[in-house]
Amino acid sequence: MRYARLTRRGALGGMLGTLAATRPAIAADVTLLNVSYDPTRELYRAINRAFAEDWQAKAGQRVTVNQSHGGSGAQARAVLDGLQADVVTLALAADIDALARRGLIAADWQRRLPNNATPFTSTIVLLVRKGNPQGIHDWPDLLKPGVAVITPNPKTSGGARWNFLAALGWAQKQPNATAATAEAFLRDLFHQVPVLDTGARGATNSFAQRELGDVLIAWENDAWLARKEFGAEAFEIVYPSLSILAEPPVAVVDSVVDKRGSREVAQAYLEFLYTPKAQDIAAQNYYRPRDLAVATRYAERYPELKLVTIQDFGGWETAQAAYFADGGLFDRIYTPGK
Amino acid sequence: MSEAFSQGLPVATRERPATRLVLTLFTVVLLVLFLLLPLAVVFTEALSHGLGNIWDSLTDPEAITSIELTLLVAAISVPLNSVCGVAAAWCIGRFQFPGRSLLITLIELPFSVSPVISGLVWVLLFGANGWFGPMLDRAGLRIIFAVPGLVLATVLVTFPFVARTLIPLMQEQGASEEEAAITLGAGFWQMFWRVTLPNIRWGLLYGVLLCNARAMGEFGAVAVVSGHIRGQTMTMPLQVEALFNDYDWVGAFTIAGLLSLLALVTLAVKAALEYRIGERSGALL
Repeated sequence: MRYARLTRRGALGGMLGTLAATRPAIAADVTLLNVSYDPTRELYRAINRAFAEDWQAKAGQRVTVNQSHGGSGAQARAVLDGLQADVVTLALAADIDALARRGLIAADWQRRLPNNATPFTSTIVLLVRKGNPQGIHDWPDLLKPGVAVITPNPKTSGGARWNFLAALGWAQKQPNATAATAEAFLRDLFHQVPVLDTGARGATNSFAQRELGDVLIAWENDAWLARKEFGAEAFEIVYPSLSILAEPPVAVVDSVVDKRGSREVAQAYLEFLYTPKAQDIAAQNYYRPRDLAVATRYAERYPELKLVTIQDFGGWETAQAAYFADGGLFDRIYTPGK
Repeated sequence: MSEAFSQGLPVATRERPATRLVLTLFTVVLLVLFLLLPLAVVFTEALSHGLGNIWDSLTDPEAITSIELTLLVAAISVPLNSVCGVAAAWCIGRFQFPGRSLLITLIELPFSVSPVISGLVWVLLFGANGWFGPMLDRAGLRIIFAVPGLVLATVLVTFPFVARTLIPLMQEQGASEEEAAITLGAGFWQMFWRVTLPNIRWGLLYGVLLCNARAMGEFGAVAVVSGHIRGQTMTMPLQVEALFNDYDWVGAFTIAGLLSLLALVTLAVKAALEYRIGERSGALL
């Protein structure tokens, strides 16, 4: 008994010793925390590596950018609750606006960087299984009987809100459309949704890995990535007749960088996203680059599309209140389990 | 545990052989379906791309951090809950006092509350907008979205395991042996080490193992307080989910396999200790 107790204590001591010894090895000269939304994992892994080289050459400092990923709304909530993000790179402006309203970020954040602080864009597409067995070509095809549609929860996922607005945009642009017909279209659409994941990547996994549903409403970049990961012959990307210009913006979190003294490198990190090098990485990861030269190089990958923008819905503040806040359009049309 | 089974046996043997066979088969099929099959899936998926990929997945800095973090969280929360559990079970098992049943209810509370809530309470207490958030912020202390938050969430979720295992045991044993020790002149600690602890050691070991298994495997509560910072606040279960969502099946199933192995090792250690101490139980008692 005594023997057993002694070795157990020894093992514990050894374990804690190992922990203490290995922890500082990861530390670098400076660290940043980039709190991002769900499908940017591969993108920022590549960009962070490139930025570290760039910053080392420019400032002679070693920088490690740590990543946190999740549903955009949930991530904004975590930053509000004290997650020490130096920069936020979220799925939509409304989630960063929420941080600005609480004083974590200056109110003019969208004017501090070019293109509304959105270094690259994306759009919303439909991903279907090989051979398109349900014959999905545009939004109304999603209402066909027996078609199960996968999309994440707009309450927690930014991508889901873009999905919702893309569908709404199409419904509003139909001949003789009224608020009532648009609402009815969305109500019918969400009748076809068997499950709402919390984040876009979870929804993609439900569709691609767990083989749930017939159509995935997805970020263009996540749809291309799914084809890359699961084999191009497994899925087909369907571009609807109308979609939305999805603008995932970026911002320095002022309250955090001022406390940590990391403003200079955080600002440089976001500016780096606009450089041709980062724009090229973005294009390689299936985002639509802002840089015209880079965009031309990858042009054949991004078909021209008729796009509405968030301004068509009166901006994010209006759209958020009208559609996604408690009691908004989404709450009215969606009844779980029906 | 084993006594309960052997006492039940004579009743079972009175059943017809056919009934026994059906019941046994049913149990075996259930075991295979719900325990062995998932376990087999975990290891097959992990091995699906060869041993080299497993090695790469295990030596990834993020994976190493998640393993260290899981061990650290368990190394803090399990001893803490063991000490508290023994103390609580001793008070409840030996004494009648006002509020005793309230104490039992409080100890069991984490069992009846969703783990997500067990995580959320710490955010509400120590988050930036929580009761103590601004105070902690001024002091420069990080609890939520850092290691202390993970420990707190795990402690709360695993709190009942040791106490809950020991309370019925200590109530059943009664106080007579301890009273005899005191009458014969033993001090409190002498009584505790020589009488109380040897009497409860199996129950205690069982509780500690349950507590440890849950501490390492907990997902919901730690997911709320983790902040999901790669290579910093990801315990193994969180890392499994993250890798799965990265489309890194081998990585996800490797970590999942390692978690399963830890559980199997725990079982083996339990069996080995039982055997070893069983041999010498005459001398110890």
